[in-house]
Amino acid sequence: MTGSHEGHPSPLHLAVALDGAGWHPAAWREPGARPRDLLTAEYWTDVVTEAERGLLDFVTLEDGLALQSSHRTQPDERTDQVRGRLDAVLVAARVAPLTRHIGLVPTVVATHTEPFHLSKAIATLDYVSTGRAGLRIRVSRRSHEARHFGRRTIPRLGLDDLDTPAAHELTAELFAEAADYIEVVRRLWDSWEDDAEIRDVATGRFVDRDKLHYIDFKGQHFNVKGPSITPRPPQGQPVVSALAHPGVPFQLVGSSTDIGYVTPHDTGQARALVTDIRAAQATAGRAEEPLHIFGDLVVFLDDAPGAAASRKERLDALAGHPYTSDAKVFTGTPGQLADLLLEWQRAGLSGFRLRPGAISHDLEAITRGLVPELQRRGAFRTAYESGTLRGLLGLPRPANRYAPSEPEGSPRP
Amino acid sequence: MSKPLKQIHLAAHFPGVNNTTVWSDPEAGSHIEFASFAHFARTAERAKFDFLFLAEGLRLREQGGKIYDLDVVGRPDTFTVLTALAAVTDRLGLTGTINSTFNEPYEVARQFASLDHLSGGRSAWNVVTSWDAFTGENFRRGGFLPQDERYSRAKEFLDTATELFDSWHGDEIVADQESGVFLEDARAGAFVHEGQHFDIAGQFNVPRGPQGRPVIFQAGDSEEGREFAASSADAIFSRYSTLEPGREFYADVKGRLARHGRTPDQLLILPAATFVLADTDAEAQELAHEVRRQQVSGQTALRYLEHVWNRDLSGYDPDGPLPAIDPAPGENTVARGRASVRSHRDPLAIAREWRERAAAENLTIRELVIETTGRQSFVGSPATVAETINALVQADAADGFILVPHITPGGLDAFADTVVPLLQERGVFRHDYTGTTLRDHLGLAEPAAAPATRRVAS
Repeated sequence: MTGSHEGHPSPLHLAVALDGAGWHPAAWREPGARPRDLLTAEYWTDVVTEAERGLLDFVTLEDGLALQSSHRTQPDERTDQVRGRLDAVLVAARVAPLTRHIGLVPTVVATHTEPFHLSKAIATLDYVSTGRAGLRIRVSRRSHEARHFGRRTIPRLGLDDLDTPAAHELTAELFAEAADYIEVVRRLWDSWEDDAEIRDVATGRFVDRDKLHYIDFKGQHFNVKGPSITPRPPQGQPVVSALAHPGVPFQLVGSSTDIGYVTPHDTGQARALVTDIRAAQATAGRAEEPLHIFGDLVVFLDDAPGAAASRKERLDALAGHPYTSDAKVFTGTPGQLADLLLEWQRAGLSGFRLRPGAISHDLEAITRGLVPELQRRGAFRTAYESGTLRGLLGLPRPANRYAPSEPEGSPRP
Repeated sequence: MSKPLKQIHLAAHFPGVNNTTVWSDPEAGSHIEFASFAHFARTAERAKFDFLFLAEGLRLREQGGKIYDLDVVGRPDTFTVLTALAAVTDRLGLTGTINSTFNEPYEVARQFASLDHLSGGRSAWNVVTSWDAFTGENFRRGGFLPQDERYSRAKEFLDTATELFDSWHGDEIVADQESGVFLEDARAGAFVHEGQHFDIAGQFNVPRGPQGRPVIFQAGDSEEGREFAASSADAIFSRYSTLEPGREFYADVKGRLARHGRTPDQLLILPAATFVLADTDAEAQELAHEVRRQQVSGQTALRYLEHVWNRDLSGYDPDGPLPAIDPAPGENTVARGRASVRSHRDPLAIAREWRERAAAENLTIRELVIETTGRQSFVGSPATVAETINALVQADAADGFILVPHITPGGLDAFADTVVPLLQERGVFRHDYTGTTLRDHLGLAEPAAAPATRRVAS
């Protein structure tokens, strides 16, 4: 999964991260934005269809267990930004039958949900999309989200508390739980062997129960017996991803995911982050396994030089402050962005997850501006080459951990 | 003047993971591929049915300590498949069974509110409770919920979810691009719930859906279940599909409504019903007999008997007499993960009754099980079945039926093509949808948003 060095670049992978009207807090005020449609199936279908038109690998869908907030740990009670959202897994399910190729990767929160429910939900998303499901895992360390569930107490952290030992301990605990959560989700996907359903009329047996497996997971936060109620999904293992900032989250990416999203601000950082993730991967004993590292970027794109920067300034003025992000905020032309992506690809990133500043403008700028630019340079696909998300990402269909004799990458019966 | 004809409500239950579903038939397709669900839902919508119904079970069933392998095994996640079905249908209601024991109100409320938005107001929730540590082994909560807390938790779960649905009124999103006001009220979605089972507070993050709340179904038959339905449900998924038991149940439950300040049209009684159709009544009877033998093999009959006997009966001959030995006392440890086991409250009495019947009618084990469990609700020509259904509804044995075909996914096709037109001709079933939401189809009013006084001041 390393990028090529000199000469012809290997094709890169592209995803877009979808959140409301876009990542800029004033994006909903852009001409062409549809702020009153954000809770409709039509809006999400249109947006994902546009991403598919651009031959993107997948979309991620943001989600959370509280109203959106501009504050990192607390509600903000603002009324000038998009508030309210739909469950991301269900948005993905609603769009799945209306698209054919693009991967669907909803965000799920490990901290307050049941791995058993989530495993069958993503397996089912894989069935309804015929092999295009993934998930992006996140944790919640917000005390007000914990209050929505009432099952555990998470201390209220102010911005000044985020760097304290107590906060780090909490973060470590939540990420350790997330790793357990993914382990359970993955074991449940494998808890049915591919050929467990036999429909043997002679013996009257619908399944061969020797091919159904208890997962018997025991952990600090949950024990899960299994097997899943849902048969192994079409991809075997849907794609697991996580956004990771340096530190504990890198361990999660190294041990548990197929894709890690990182947030470099320059080429040197991109190279360093790749080195760190590869080290975490090796520490987890997965050095030989495929693991994509995608760079996250917020993008404002216009063809005319300077136009994207002025558009962002206009949105900043509406929002009342300059927009900043954990990820690099790029303003420029599709050609300039292509230059940057290819340079970072040479630093070791295999793909990018672009966060459109304003979906109404920047999504089409990606699909109809950036994509053709990359295609001209031989760096991006000109047609979908696979019907599954794993296929688009070059990931083989994995053998089932409970069926050791199954040959690697064997087709579904 | 005669009473005006009641309009019939019809729904389609996706064939379940029990022996009603005949997987061995050459016509039987996948129970998990989305194409099967899409076919089934489109047939129901073509027939102008009120809704599709999905059951749920959160642990694979076991018998004798092993996963039960004689019936269909495996099903999708309820929310995910229903939401995908919203993409391939326009009007059909989407009813999901969701457990109130192994879930949390905030999450379930956001899933139903999301489904309601994404389906344009077609969601419904069949609220069920679970009881066993067996299923709990798949969940964080784990453990066992005592019988007396089961309904109190379910009731409080539903009350809490309702508070969350009502925490948004539906007019908070202004989204005025000019002024920059997105939300009219910074405290939209605010809620506080302090109760025996749930102590939660904050802001709900899914604005009010098109129906306000999902339509609420209830399926339990106990005294607590009936009261729960009379106080809180919009419809009951009941088991009494024949005339006299149906009328008795109907009168009992509708009679409870006034005590809860409700009127009879605010709670629909919709029994589950199976059917076998053929060109003539005689052919249908013959076919029905054949289907029952497909549904109840000798092995299936023995296994069914174990639900009552609570013993390993694998040594018995299904074509021989019933066991002379009595059922083992106590909680059923042989068959696990089945609702039906609970309904056998007095196994000794049931065993006695079955032995007497088998002796009187000279029935083998298999024949007895076919007779006690396999009888289809409606058997006959399309005209006979249409007349039977209409007569039951007009006699107040039901407000309609949730039909359970025995073949996936085509088991509803013949009903849609032959019985529905006859009901339409009689003027007792819609020719087309007149509304867009499930509440419209069921004739239920949209619930009023919560009064402002219930909201938390900012």
